Amino acid sequence: MQSLRRNIPALLILVAILVGLEFFVRSANVKAFIFPAPTAVWTALLANWTEGYHIFPAARVTLTEAAGGLLIGTAMGLIVAFGVSRFPRSRDTILPLAVAINAIPIVAFAPIANNWFGILSPFSKMAVAASLVFFPIMINVLRGLTDVDPSALELMRSYGASPGAVTRRLRIPNALPYFLTGLKVATTLSLIGAVVGEYFGGLTDTLGRVVVGAASALRFDITWSAILVVAMVGMGMYLLAVAVERVLIPWHPSVRGDQPA
Amino acid sequence: MSGRGATPVVRLSGVGKTFGTAATPVVALADINLEIGQGEFVSLIGPSGCGKSTLLRLIGDLTEATGGTVEINGKPARQARLDRDYGIVFQSPVLFEWRTVEDNVRLPLELFGHDRASQARRAQEMLELVGLTEFAKRHPYELSGGMQQRVAIARALAFSPSLLLMDEPFGALDEMTRERMNSEVLSIWQRTGITVVFVTHSIPEAVFLSSRVAVMSARPGRVTRLVDVDLPRPRGLETRESPRYFNLITEVREALRGSEGGSSEATLASPERTAAEGGIG
Repeated sequence: MQSLRRNIPALLILVAILVGLEFFVRSANVKAFIFPAPTAVWTALLANWTEGYHIFPAARVTLTEAAGGLLIGTAMGLIVAFGVSRFPRSRDTILPLAVAINAIPIVAFAPIANNWFGILSPFSKMAVAASLVFFPIMINVLRGLTDVDPSALELMRSYGASPGAVTRRLRIPNALPYFLTGLKVATTLSLIGAVVGEYFGGLTDTLGRVVVGAASALRFDITWSAILVVAMVGMGMYLLAVAVERVLIPWHPSVRGDQPA
Repeated sequence: MSGRGATPVVRLSGVGKTFGTAATPVVALADINLEIGQGEFVSLIGPSGCGKSTLLRLIGDLTEATGGTVEINGKPARQARLDRDYGIVFQSPVLFEWRTVEDNVRLPLELFGHDRASQARRAQEMLELVGLTEFAKRHPYELSGGMQQRVAIARALAFSPSLLLMDEPFGALDEMTRERMNSEVLSIWQRTGITVVFVTHSIPEAVFLSSRVAVMSARPGRVTRLVDVDLPRPRGLETRESPRYFNLITEVREALRGSEGGSSEATLASPERTAAEGGIG
């Protein structure tokens, strides 16, 4: 209830923008292929939900690709972060490499991934998504594992704690908020990766292909409705990550808000 | 009172600590000789940079001496640490924010492989000792600074070590809270009979708490004077208002001034000033 009240201003602004757009498009007689009216986008969405451009089945495939990429990229990011924190000497080798890989433009990697993993295989899209997800997860988790209060390390040393115990009881809980920050960024990135992968070819019933296909047929009302669905799926994934965060780190300042001590 | 005769809990002989490189050595501590007996309460006091915190860390084997020997209960410091002979309290509480108060107190017991039932029982006892029973299920952020430090004390005592090391534990607290915490520490010390080494740069705090005050000088850090504090126990408000207390404060202050060799007297501040400093010791 409280969160609903907090979101009321944002909702009002959204409604005002939509009403304003509708009014502007109609009164200025803007051509539909330049900017379709919000009601036209909504009509196109309903008409193509399961028929025509199959937006709903397409969304399911795209979501699967994004989720798969998120899972793979997160796993890889975690493995590398733990490896580098366990073997600090590898840091100077691994980190520049990771930065270089992260600097490769995603549009350059997408056709390569299609070539490697098969243009019709969902794994080619997952690979693109995973490559985007990897970096924010890896860099955040590494930070969380190494950015530990020196006094806490001294405390563990005073107990004669083994490195494994220090990792389990101090480093991992310490890294959890960092990981979840990375995860929130990664959810939206995974969806972007999946859609960009689809742009460069693949199954017809994917959101990326709907955007491309409808645009080349000058059906921009459908293009916009597909974009709307992408945004909705992205928001859903993000909110899921926020929910996970609330469950895992209720004690963290970012979650508990400004309650008095 | 200092329990001489039996094996001392802490024995420092000719201890030195040098930081930096061979070309530009920084001598933090030189030729420290000190014996602390069973059940003593010894404060290390000195200006910022005199190495008092370093000395505490040497006793706890959190850093290694570059000269001399550090023995705890007749063992090398490293062995004593691995045997869990001491508990430590830092200037900040260093509580794990993801654990409840109770689980923070249980941390050392978990690491030492105590069974769950005895962990719970012991945590309960310790929280009673520091008067935080009703906060067992809270998280550290829900507690005030003084309460957090009490949790840290409970955690340090949870596994019944023979020695308690305290590194300016109340330096971040306001004067009122600090005085209350001093009384609590004394009552815990008296009930448990534990040996305490207490680093501070507050003269009144050192005098009020200690059976002996070790006065240190800076560059290089040395123990220049040991002041026996013969105030009667139990100590309380009357102690803080007794003439003997003021005399001892003066004695420690003069010892500090003397140890400074007349130079940079500004660092030898009055108690109000020293309480506000957050020095690294």
